[in-house]
Amino acid sequence: MKIHMRYFASFREITGQNEEILTVYEGTSVAEVRSLLLTHYPRLQTIMERSACAVNHGYVPADTTLHEGDEVVFIPPVGGGTLPSQEYPLWSH
Amino acid sequence: MEPLIQITHEPLDREALVASITHSGIGGIVVFEGVVRDNARGKQVRYLEYDVYPEMAIQQIRAIITEAEKRWGVDRVAVAHRIGRLEIGETSVVVVVATPHRAEAFDACRYIIDTLKTTVPIWKKEVATNGEEWVEG
Repeated sequence: MKIHMRYFASFREITGQNEEILTVYEGTSVAEVRSLLLTHYPRLQTIMERSACAVNHGYVPADTTLHEGDEVVFIPPVGGGTLPSQEYPLWSH
Repeated sequence: MEPLIQITHEPLDREALVASITHSGIGGIVVFEGVVRDNARGKQVRYLEYDVYPEMAIQQIRAIITEAEKRWGVDRVAVAHRIGRLEIGETSVVVVVATPHRAEAFDACRYIIDTLKTTVPIWKKEVATNGEEWVEG
């Protein structure tokens, strides 16, 4: 299946592009895409460790399973280095 | 009433934002305005570059405002963020909150800007005299 990656801020600079389409196996998780990107772009390692992930515009945990056509974005820290908490109601979707 | 949410490359117009949420039923308006500072962690900042994930940023800002409405009964809200290159002294963000009474306006405005800074996908790159980097906050 195909997923739509979009890159912002340091991700855009390191990957050298705004977006790309990745072909992955059915049932691939966010964590697996994370590993895949690190093999494509080893320089993402440091920032990736500090980044959250969003699928289709909402924050998701790393074990989230992806589906055909999903928009996947890794979100580097936006302020104070605080990642969104799973318990916080804003981030449930 | 639908909150006003703006993400734009253009300079922000505080007066227009305030006017957009003013009506006869409100008793207080609190405005927070964030401006570009010329220094950060000992560095001399030349200018800032803001990047945004627009669809998600708007959705997150809307969620923050909905939460503020629930907690404080906020009447009207406008949130505007500028992106792209900003010079020292220019306004990067404006939050305007109107409520029937003042206490709620202060609390809600503080909540909105604090939550926005930590959760909305807008990033800032500091271009300083000795290099540049994406920073947090």
